[in-house]
Amino acid sequence: MISWTDVVVIYGSRRVLGPVSVDVADGDWLGLIGPNGAGKTTLIKSAVGVVPHGGSVSFGGRQRRPGLDVAWMPQRPHLPDDMGVADYVMLGRTPHLGYLAAETKHDLDAVYTALEKLALSEFARRPLGTLSGGEAQRAVLARALAQEAPVLLLDEPTASLDVGHAVEVLDVIDELRQEEGLTVVTAAHDLTLAGRYAERLLLMSGGLVAAEGPPREVLTEDNLKAHYGAGIRVLDDRDGPIVVPMRKSDV
Amino acid sequence: MTHDSAATEAHDSAATEARSARVGWVPLTVGAMSVLVAAFIGSTVGAAGLDPLSVVKAMLDALPGLATDSGLTEVETNILLEIRLPRVVLGAIVGAVLAVAGASYQGVFRNALADPFLLGVAAGAGLGATIAFSVTGSSAYLAPFAFIGGMTAVGFTYALGRSVGGRSATSLILAGVAVAAFATAVQTYVLQQNVETLREVYSWILGRLVTVGWSEVWELLPYAFLATLVLFGSRRLLDVLSIGDDEASALGVNVTRVRSVVVIAATLATAAAVSVSGLIGFVGIIVPHTIRLLFGWSYRVIIPLSILFGATFLMLADVAARTLVSPAELPIGVVTAFFGAPFFLLVLRTMRGPT
Repeated sequence: MISWTDVVVIYGSRRVLGPVSVDVADGDWLGLIGPNGAGKTTLIKSAVGVVPHGGSVSFGGRQRRPGLDVAWMPQRPHLPDDMGVADYVMLGRTPHLGYLAAETKHDLDAVYTALEKLALSEFARRPLGTLSGGEAQRAVLARALAQEAPVLLLDEPTASLDVGHAVEVLDVIDELRQEEGLTVVTAAHDLTLAGRYAERLLLMSGGLVAAEGPPREVLTEDNLKAHYGAGIRVLDDRDGPIVVPMRKSDV
Repeated sequence: MTHDSAATEAHDSAATEARSARVGWVPLTVGAMSVLVAAFIGSTVGAAGLDPLSVVKAMLDALPGLATDSGLTEVETNILLEIRLPRVVLGAIVGAVLAVAGASYQGVFRNALADPFLLGVAAGAGLGATIAFSVTGSSAYLAPFAFIGGMTAVGFTYALGRSVGGRSATSLILAGVAVAAFATAVQTYVLQQNVETLREVYSWILGRLVTVGWSEVWELLPYAFLATLVLFGSRRLLDVLSIGDDEASALGVNVTRVRSVVVIAATLATAAAVSVSGLIGFVGIIVPHTIRLLFGWSYRVIIPLSILFGATFLMLADVAARTLVSPAELPIGVVTAFFGAPFFLLVLRTMRGPT
């Protein structure tokens, strides 16, 4: 359970987020959508604790314990070129290691499991710099999974993945969510995919919540046109809404 | 069944691979051996030619509970135990400290060009040494003044960096540049007013491992030991810092605290080292980088190996400084730059081939 309560983020004199209040129950998947600059990333960062914010973010009613409550996949992660994939994923175990402690078998197991879940076992020794964009993205996700935190905050987890890999990765996340009761929050630009996986969507615009609810209620042509400004058609499919962008000349 | 065993095998191999950030036994053993070999060469080579076998015997003889006849005269034994050996040991400690401090600075600032003198230690220590010479006219107070000067400069760098840029690493580095420029300006002024000290100060700036027995070693040892212990303990956290401050802090690392502890430890040891040895350049850049190119990116590898190969490098550089223009001596800082820079370029060229 993660709760944002009246969270406000101010850069200089500009308010970029809030006030926003959202609760995500254990095992739920909340999808953050909204145009660039809407505040999705800032909302995620406020929960990770890497931007100063007003209001509060709590985990199961408690304050955040650094590294233990939440695993974060940043939008633009730092990937040291020479670092091996397995070593990189092992960094996810940092919160569980004491200052001088060495890795235990459980740490190695967590790394191995994360690598396997994301089909990275054969890349274990490859330097990060030699990976394709999609492989690198899976490595970052593997690091987040190895952290074994109950809440996953994923900022555009499928941004550089082709549609096949995107579905594969989102399926892995969904499987983990159901097996282990993980709470998932994703920020995404692919609205159709967001609606397929998230149980609830939060449409953000100008740092505020513009709409919130099940995908069918949020992904409406009116909502999307109002906040994305583009020509958008929403088709109703049996499994959820399909969002189709339109050329200006066709609108 | 087959599937299970294949899975276990894959598991085991993935588990071994995950350990690749560990330092291997081979480089560790080679490093330790090289320290011993360099120490041996350092003790036998010099103006007074001492027979290598006798040197070993004399050293064993000096250990409590062991008595052998080294065949050395009393004077020779004294040269070995009271002049040459302290100098070799001092070289090893200074080399180890400068190399490990350089590696730590590079890790903590995520900057490959960071060196132990980055935050103004060298300029501050230089100013301190200059003042000591100019005011007292002798080198007696050189070490404490250099130490105080170095630490003061870094204190200013820290205060200045924080006041302009909060916690950012870049503002700290820029503040170091400003403080160093200021200290150098003051030093130049003091030198101009006291031209007669120029020669002495200059010789200190170029670095030298001249000792008067073991006292310098005992002065430096506590700082070197404590700092090296702290830096060695921080090696895994330095790896975590390589993915950036935000991501490291999301992994539960208190980035500000780690950075402060590492910088303070590295600076303290550097200031202590240069206060007795002068400004010996290049060690903090060449040694960690060569190790990085040969043995990998991880500070869990770079830190321990920097200690060993830093010690080796400076002991050998001192042998060269003592013998190349014998009976005169070259400043050791000249030797480290003269041999270090081309060697470093060579390593860089070899490793950056087509990959």
